[in-house]
Amino acid sequence: MCLAVPGRIVEITDGGDIAFRIGKVDFGGIRKEINLAYTPEAEVGKYVLVHVGFAISVIDEAEAQRVFQYLAELGALKEELGEIPQ
Amino acid sequence: MKFLSEYRDQKAADQLAQAIRQRVTRPWTIMEICGGQTHTIVKSGLEDLLPREITLVHGPGCPVCVTPIELIDKAVTIAARPEVIFCSFGDMLRVPGSSKSLFDVKAEGADVRIVYSPLDALKLAKTNPDRQVVFFAVGFETTAPANAMAAWQADHDHIENFSLLISHVLVPPAMEALLSSEKCVVQGFLAAGHVCTIMGYEEYIPIAARYKVPIVVTGFEPLDLLEGILMTVTQLEEGRHEVENQYSRAVRREGNRPAQERIAEVFEITARQWRGLGEIPASGFQLRGRFKKHDANLRFPSSAEPARESPECIAGLILQGIKKPHDCPAFAVKCTPEHPLGAPMVSSEGACAAYYHYGRRQTHDVHIELPSPASR
Repeated sequence: MCLAVPGRIVEITDGGDIAFRIGKVDFGGIRKEINLAYTPEAEVGKYVLVHVGFAISVIDEAEAQRVFQYLAELGALKEELGEIPQ
Repeated sequence: MKFLSEYRDQKAADQLAQAIRQRVTRPWTIMEICGGQTHTIVKSGLEDLLPREITLVHGPGCPVCVTPIELIDKAVTIAARPEVIFCSFGDMLRVPGSSKSLFDVKAEGADVRIVYSPLDALKLAKTNPDRQVVFFAVGFETTAPANAMAAWQADHDHIENFSLLISHVLVPPAMEALLSSEKCVVQGFLAAGHVCTIMGYEEYIPIAARYKVPIVVTGFEPLDLLEGILMTVTQLEEGRHEVENQYSRAVRREGNRPAQERIAEVFEITARQWRGLGEIPASGFQLRGRFKKHDANLRFPSSAEPARESPECIAGLILQGIKKPHDCPAFAVKCTPEHPLGAPMVSSEGACAAYYHYGRRQTHDVHIELPSPASR
């Protein structure tokens, strides 16, 4: 139930009170209207994490790369030291 | 899809699994809190990548599983009323009540509808002013802002025929209940990423300190889980017990402030019954103040029959991480997703359903091969 899916905002409509702020969000080709009340910092082109019709977080694109940087460092380290036998 | 498929890369998963193997020197038992994480672990076969020293136990983070049977019975009673349109997330429909599920009562003619969002239920209330629309508001902190918004908009727009049947529960009190039990085998936690997206992770710091357990906020894709396990194992091996954040692309330390403010406006904290675990003080939400008029529990008082659980179902032990689904004699024999005895076989987040769907029926029991955590 706590499933949340990342999608890209393609359009934002302000509905007066922030509680009614709606965005059109693209999930790999499928577009849905999503409530943006909880992500006031969301902008068109940004990725948001969506749960039951609400954006709950704007994805931090720099942080999203962190694990791959770690793995690249790990790979570089291994090359330097030679493959570590298991 | 971006921010999804790259976290399923097999080569990267192998690298992380290798890093875990290099780090582990002793047996460790780690609990993933959220049922969504359980499903990724079982579906992706992550346990097969891990060294045998690591035992993963599956936590209570399945809202469908912990919703008390009395409330399922109440939902069934309300849904059967002719003036009611009963709306729910799809997961709840098959959950067995004492004598019926929502599916059973739908088959008998009740107007039960599956919705994607509580706002869809609110829309139904606007378009059906002569009917009572009730939304089954179950969930953890992740879903609370959505349900709070539905109540807030109903109040704001004067949608009088809309109400919520609430079973909202909170993760930290459940973690404390597990940790303070003598039977607790858990030495480290993967905290539920999306719960922390809303609430942040500051409230876990005193828990990690008090019980000396590392807690790592973890996401839901295979690489997230492997990295979360690596971070937890690293802490355990180094004798640390801190709160760390693996899921930093979505979770900030302070959480989502606008969502927390809306929750605080609409809900107040209350004791909640957890199916399989019993009552836990201050472990859930109920509507507060002017929003109480949208509480279905008050709107539809009931004289329900006493609740009756299946005597064969061991869901409580599974939700506490004490037993695994295939330890249950009824598993995949008398209890299947088509004919479930308990909620963990129904939900897309239930451990029993995960084991059933992804073929973990005959796996060796890791507990047997390793010394029990209590004797370590």
